[in-house]
Amino acid sequence: MAGDDRGAAVGAGGEVVTADEVWAALAEVPDPEIPVISVVDLGVVRDVEVGDGRARIALTPTFLGCPALEVMREQIAERVRGLGVDAEVDVILDDSWSTDRITPEGREKLRRAGFAPPAPREAGRPQLVQLQSRIFRCPYCGSTDTGLENVFGPTPCRSLRYCQNCRQPFEQFKTI
Amino acid sequence: MSGRAQALLELADDELVLGWRDSEWTGIAPSLEEDVAFSSIAQNEIGHARALYELAARELGTTADELAFDRPPDDYRCSRFVELRLVPEWDQTIVRHYLYEVADGVRIEELRRSGDSEIAGLAAKIDREEVYHRIHAEMWIDRLRGSREAERADAAAERLYPLALGLLDEALRPVFVERVAAKTGWDFSGEATAPRGEHDDGWEPLWQEMTEVRRSEPGAKW
Repeated sequence: MAGDDRGAAVGAGGEVVTADEVWAALAEVPDPEIPVISVVDLGVVRDVEVGDGRARIALTPTFLGCPALEVMREQIAERVRGLGVDAEVDVILDDSWSTDRITPEGREKLRRAGFAPPAPREAGRPQLVQLQSRIFRCPYCGSTDTGLENVFGPTPCRSLRYCQNCRQPFEQFKTI
Repeated sequence: MSGRAQALLELADDELVLGWRDSEWTGIAPSLEEDVAFSSIAQNEIGHARALYELAARELGTTADELAFDRPPDDYRCSRFVELRLVPEWDQTIVRHYLYEVADGVRIEELRRSGDSEIAGLAAKIDREEVYHRIHAEMWIDRLRGSREAERADAAAERLYPLALGLLDEALRPVFVERVAAKTGWDFSGEATAPRGEHDDGWEPLWQEMTEVRRSEPGAKW
């Protein structure tokens, strides 16, 4: 990660914490709404810096209205303080998070939990004809014989689809 | 107040108030799908408002909550277009939704080109989410205009279109006029629009409702 400071820092209680250790700790912080994946799998941790007895974490929201953001922020700060350093979590309000930042492991965890992972962002913006096309795969049976039921779903990040093959509704991550 | 903060507040106030109006469909939309859709759109719009207030708050030395809920009603800069209470008129709601998304798309594109990197970055983020609102709005406007109720859509457009123009600075209005005409044939750009700061009768009761918690419990957080 660009800007990472891999150097050792002296913690408030005398402990030494590295950026790698902070990353490892954050890999254990679950997403509040889909706890099968961590905030690191989700790609929302953009940067970690350590120094002067504290860790500074740059966090990007998924969707701006997602209520999980505040919960993530608190859980990240708490987990990092557990390493013996002060934690500062800055929320970055720009376009640097994309569903393309979800890691391959994260995508696989989503699929196994019944959430179809997002299509790649590619060059263009999503269009209705694309959402109605058969490029989306059912996370249960793998069929692409699936249809769009609703552009919107139970949270801002998901759409609803229906699989004609195994006759199951499922949640599809929106590409952003 | 700087022009930058003023512009951020206009946009944030529009998004907050429209988000509030959209949320009035929660539980009573014509179908479960639309109940979910309007609730989700409302959540997004209020999320955009929060981020826009946050940028303004950093400049003004205050907080997003104070800007959203602690100002007197006359200080809000939202357009009359978003203040209208349209429940339970679904046809009018869909026409407003469509006209808003076109106008919002035009101004967000403009902000993406801003030389202010914070504003350009946030506008790009907002635009990613708005794509789904536009898809939804266009799907519905096609459905309504292609139905037996097409005349009701036309009547709603006649009422709402002039107010929608009030969302945009004059320089951006021709793009809106062109896009709406290309899709629907509507053009009511000759009618007078409502300037910002001129509020609808529905604004005062909405403000009362929106700010009730903060007024009864100053500084309340949720």
